[in-house]
Amino acid sequence: MEFETVIGLEVHVELKTDSKIFSSSPNHFGAEPNTNTSVIDLGYPGVLPVLNRKVVDFGMKAAMALNCEIATHTKFDRKNYFYPDNPKAYQISQFDQPIGEHGWIEIEVDGYTKKIGITRIHLEEDAGKLNHEKGYSLVDINRQGTPLIEIVSEPDIRTPNEAYAYLEKLKSIVQYTGVSDCKMEEGSLRCDANISIRPVGQKEFGTKTELKNLNSFNFVRKGLEYEEKRQREVVSSGGKIEQETRRFDEATGSTILMRVKEGSDDYRYFPEPDLLELYIDEDWKARIRSEIPELPDERQKRYVEELGLPAYDAKVLTVTKETADFFEAAVKAGADAKQASNWIMGEVSGYLNAEGKELNQVALTPEGLASMIKLIENGTISSKIAKTVFKELIENGGDAETIVKEKGLVQISDESTLLKIISEVLDANPKSVEDFKGGKAKAAGSLVGQVMKATKGKANPQVVNKLLQQELQKR
Amino acid sequence: MSRISIEQVKHVANLARLAITEEEAETFTKQLDKIITFAEQLNELDTENVKPTYHVLDMKNVLREDIPKPGLPQEVVLKNAPEHKNGQFKVPSILAE
Amino acid sequence: MSLFDHKVSDLHELLHKKELKVSDLVDESYKRITEVESKVQAFLTLDEERARQTAKALDEKISTDAAKGLLFGMPIGVKDNIVTKDLRTTCASKILENFDPIYDAAVVQKLNQAETVTIGKLNMDEFAMGSSNENSGFKKTHNPWNLDRVPGGSSGGSAASVAAGEVLFSLGSDTGGSIRQPAAFCGVVGLKPTYGRVSRFGLVAFASSLDQIGPITRTVEDNAYLLQAISGLDPMDSTSANVDVPNFPGSLTGDVKGLKIAVPKEYLGEGVSESVRQSVLDALKVLEGLGAVWEEVSLPHSKYALAAYYLLSSSEASANLARFDGVRYGYRTPNADNLLDLYKNTRAEGFGDEVKRRIMLGTFALSSGYYDAYYKKAQKVRTLIKQDFENVFEKYDVIVGPTTPTPAFKIGENIDDPMTMYANDILTIPVNLAGVPGISVPCGFDSGLPLGLQIIGKHFDEATIYRVAHAFEQATDYHNQKPQL
Repeated sequence: MEFETVIGLEVHVELKTDSKIFSSSPNHFGAEPNTNTSVIDLGYPGVLPVLNRKVVDFGMKAAMALNCEIATHTKFDRKNYFYPDNPKAYQISQFDQPIGEHGWIEIEVDGYTKKIGITRIHLEEDAGKLNHEKGYSLVDINRQGTPLIEIVSEPDIRTPNEAYAYLEKLKSIVQYTGVSDCKMEEGSLRCDANISIRPVGQKEFGTKTELKNLNSFNFVRKGLEYEEKRQREVVSSGGKIEQETRRFDEATGSTILMRVKEGSDDYRYFPEPDLLELYIDEDWKARIRSEIPELPDERQKRYVEELGLPAYDAKVLTVTKETADFFEAAVKAGADAKQASNWIMGEVSGYLNAEGKELNQVALTPEGLASMIKLIENGTISSKIAKTVFKELIENGGDAETIVKEKGLVQISDESTLLKIISEVLDANPKSVEDFKGGKAKAAGSLVGQVMKATKGKANPQVVNKLLQQELQKR
Repeated sequence: MSRISIEQVKHVANLARLAITEEEAETFTKQLDKIITFAEQLNELDTENVKPTYHVLDMKNVLREDIPKPGLPQEVVLKNAPEHKNGQFKVPSILAE
Repeated sequence: MSLFDHKVSDLHELLHKKELKVSDLVDESYKRITEVESKVQAFLTLDEERARQTAKALDEKISTDAAKGLLFGMPIGVKDNIVTKDLRTTCASKILENFDPIYDAAVVQKLNQAETVTIGKLNMDEFAMGSSNENSGFKKTHNPWNLDRVPGGSSGGSAASVAAGEVLFSLGSDTGGSIRQPAAFCGVVGLKPTYGRVSRFGLVAFASSLDQIGPITRTVEDNAYLLQAISGLDPMDSTSANVDVPNFPGSLTGDVKGLKIAVPKEYLGEGVSESVRQSVLDALKVLEGLGAVWEEVSLPHSKYALAAYYLLSSSEASANLARFDGVRYGYRTPNADNLLDLYKNTRAEGFGDEVKRRIMLGTFALSSGYYDAYYKKAQKVRTLIKQDFENVFEKYDVIVGPTTPTPAFKIGENIDDPMTMYANDILTIPVNLAGVPGISVPCGFDSGLPLGLQIIGKHFDEATIYRVAHAFEQATDYHNQKPQL
């Protein structure tokens, strides 16, 4: 039987505000346990929440960037469940009036483009963190009250690759809006996946399983691939899929049963009496809309149409706003667009990957990169020298001209200077001269190498080639 | 007719994380049944077109600015904790060993 | 004669003229507590050492600095569900038996600014659930007028301590009548402010959409001064209202000429004792004599208020009380080797029966399949009850009726039947559902037990309530009667 896979993703994104959603405690990652908390985060008796305006702004911004309709009336609800990382034993969330609904994003995968629907985006508070030890657990409340948006997709995703592309695109757009870092390794973006299969042509959905512990986009894809295969095997061999939660195991690349769901959980949602209704008028919406920067799709289009970049370059450069902004600044500082693109996609990204750093953690500036590209173009430095200059730029900053001057890296194109060096090299290498004369064209290469070595790589290779040919003919 | 069964009472007690004995379950069932039966007099009222009142005052959009204040010192946070370790609250494992 | 037979404004004058010291007032409190507390049992915690230190410090301040607030140095008792930093706060529950708060409630901060002296924390029904103080996890408070009777609840300790002269005044909280009913039973003045008038930050929540903190005092004037001190917008409480706080004591003009009083027929109907009905009719005559006019009106949905209230307050309570889990503070069971047992046993051992009953009712009303039929239905009925009040207030200035259907009942009389106990609040509950303010002032006696007159006002119109209550008080002598202890 032919099967079709149906995937829906629930993504939690932490918002980068300075304080928490319902208290003034600092909102940042990596503090000592239980030091970023107030009586409100600790759920002390008698405390009350007060909503952070910026959380609403940020939630709206993300929802708008993801093409959602923004609610005019919205409110918060209590979601009741006991767990040690949930101090009040209820989470303040949004139940039936989320801030955004009916959104979508477009993904490009395996050569086709596809729209994936977004059912809803709602605001809520994050829980604390539970650290499991042998025989007991420890609770750190620091993360409690971190503002979150939960982004729920429609079950429109059909392959693990689509899921991967959806997450990449979602992350890219949300990062562009500046409301979150979307760092999976720090937990500021988290993903749970629902997956089911059904015979092709069947309308009803199959029983779904929920995948948890998906700590990278790759693990999401791997987990879904495994689960897709597992479900097909179960059904093909006459078995039945149980509604259950499964954990992705990174070591084996498989999914492991966590718990079977018995009916739906009873969270006893009801409107949060400690918070008032939110009314979002058109002015508010317009203000937030005006703060949304140009998003990756628009930029990509512009790079192709206005800067003449290949579609591939445009796509890679626009994945993060940081890279795209860097690229644009370099072009603005006078760099050739394609050259800038080549350097960013090549040397820059290679360096960052090798060092495990981000663009904002290195000394290279767009102006620095542009100055170097200009020096290459006008022949001041060779592309070989450029690698030395680049290393200096990315490690210590500055601009290329100064580096070239200070380090004496200017290309030697002066014919009389080069002629003198070439004569010395030819004199010192009679064997190679002989070989060349005897028809071994390769021997010229070794002589060029000698000239470059003598000039510490600064000789202009084109001029050296031309003069060397001349001088060899003379011998 | 009884409005709530002893099984429901036990289920509700579990949701509310209250340990109850069989005897308590029986007492609660009788008492809750009486209260719920009384509450059902609300069904005499037609509320089809009535909006619920979640907040008695007509206020909305109460928001604070995003200005952080330092967190509490760890020792203050842990002051009332029945058990703590390494600066964190200590709880038993989810399941018995 | 006790110092506390004086009004706040008189005591202030004596302090100002240096004829009295704050230490004298604090001495008066603890002296009286030594004399009568074994009978009344109003306090859960006394803060004597610190109170005496504070008194000393304030007395030193008196000699240096002239301008003092009106409440400067006044001894106050605080209901034990109002959080006090470094002063044990239990909500009369074993689950918080040794709870030592790390912050002050907003009202306590305001009291500190006003430089009152906190004498101690007052007994109540556990988590404010009850009408008799018999649901306290620690002790039963007795009615100073008759020690075999309940003081009312849940702010029973707050009302009894004022009636017994142990403190000058106190703070209580009112979710369904918990200030007004004990004030009526104990023959003192108790006001539930408009929802949103006083910050709830630091009031341990029972039913968030109904709870309000309010003053319990000997006189209406004192009540107005105390409300003045604790009112106002609080940025820590989203539901506190951004409205002006008028000069409440300034509204006590004694003038009620032309005032339009509505008397709901439902408040004098079935279940209301003859003595109570008669005392209200007598009170109306007094007000008529002062130039007010009254007419009978109807609040047709009153009979549904009790059911709506129990569903809503219990639902909210089921979530509000879920945080007591033995993890971060409070009682933790010694009988658990896994998390589920920790939760279940901590809560089963820490909460009393009434609290458990309401948590169960609320959990049920919110649970899957019942939400619409119970919780949402009750919220809709709440709308109808609120509209009843709005309709009456279109034509009338205040609503007047009894505070309770009967005088204080005997300790133990209603304890076995939750429904009979709940019925006690039938005349006070609609006020909380509508969010309007209401006061109880002494209006008579039945067999030596005080009766209370309830005066209900429009949203944020405590000033008119005070004006009426004050005029009535000045025209009668009930507030000058003291229990013999």
